Amino acid sequence: MKELINAASNWIVPLLILGIPLYAFAARRIRVYESFIEGAKEGFQIGIRIIPYLVAILVAIGMFRASGAMDWLVWILQPVTSWVGFPAEALPSSLMRSLSGSAAFALSSDIFKTYGPDSFIGRLVSVIQGSTETTFYIMAVYFGAVAVRKTRYTLPASLITDLSGIVAAYIICRLLF
Amino acid sequence: MNVVWLLLIGAAVITAVFKGTMPAVSNATFSAAGTAVELAIGLVGGMTLFLGLMRVAQDSGLVQLLARALRPVFRYLFPDVPKDHPALGAMAMNFGANILGLGDAATPFGIKAMEDLQSLNGDKETASDAMCMFVTLHSSSLQLIPVMVISLRAAAGSKNPSEIIVGTIFATLASMVVAVATSKLFARWQRRARGGAA
Repeated sequence: MKELINAASNWIVPLLILGIPLYAFAARRIRVYESFIEGAKEGFQIGIRIIPYLVAILVAIGMFRASGAMDWLVWILQPVTSWVGFPAEALPSSLMRSLSGSAAFALSSDIFKTYGPDSFIGRLVSVIQGSTETTFYIMAVYFGAVAVRKTRYTLPASLITDLSGIVAAYIICRLLF
Repeated sequence: MNVVWLLLIGAAVITAVFKGTMPAVSNATFSAAGTAVELAIGLVGGMTLFLGLMRVAQDSGLVQLLARALRPVFRYLFPDVPKDHPALGAMAMNFGANILGLGDAATPFGIKAMEDLQSLNGDKETASDAMCMFVTLHSSSLQLIPVMVISLRAAAGSKNPSEIIVGTIFATLASMVVAVATSKLFARWQRRARGGAA
């Protein structure tokens, strides 16, 4: 299974880069090279446009992480989560997921090392990491690219979605494992 | 966003006072700013590549084909976007790439989708309902097979690294439903309150 997934993820991109222009050229007589260049022009400007949005949010997240404020957040939430039986060990990596993907993965690795990836906590952390996203990063990049500053209800709705992913992962893990 | 941003920074500084982590917090500001720029610049290569590919797919009609297949779903999710609008094609490509786990390809398609949605947007500084829905959906991690998690598990010596796939798919679907429901609800509330931008 793992080999299959790895093979598939290695094949998809080259096949897309071959397949799309080949279809366009052979079936639709598109000038594929000119078409590609025309579309690719915008890439650089978008990268530059995103910078202020990314700096703003990543600096705030970086400060938050470095200060150790996460420990307090865990301490506040622990009574609630332990009441429903959610393991406290899985809390930091789950909360971190919306803020920083790499930090969340590092915390998950620690859990795998301490409890084993095949323990209940290990599986729970795996499902949570797989079914939530780095919300703050996504928001900065997508809204930054179009210079939208007022994001209205996107952040609360996204955080509710992240939370629902954690809750769903917990319920499903209780049922499956 | 304003509140959360200040909350993150405020919590950091107050915690640093009590824990004596001020030097670390201070260092983090500059290193995070540097990382942000590196990330943005790092995106440029992949972005250029896939925006180019996206244009070829658009010119050949492949994108429109994909968008047409997803039309019933899109009509419900993004009622304000006219059918056959290029935004639908870009969003279809973005969802497709995300589901396949091609994060590097998904981001450029998503950004293209945001630009197309912005062309429909009356107030260029404020997100439209379609944008909010589109970005919120990403929080459910559309990816069906969590490649990164599986390789982390394998590295940690799991006997069956991919056993979490089924659970992940169900959790993702559940949070996807929540994403749609909350976005629709928020949109309705704000419309009733006459679009008070938070």
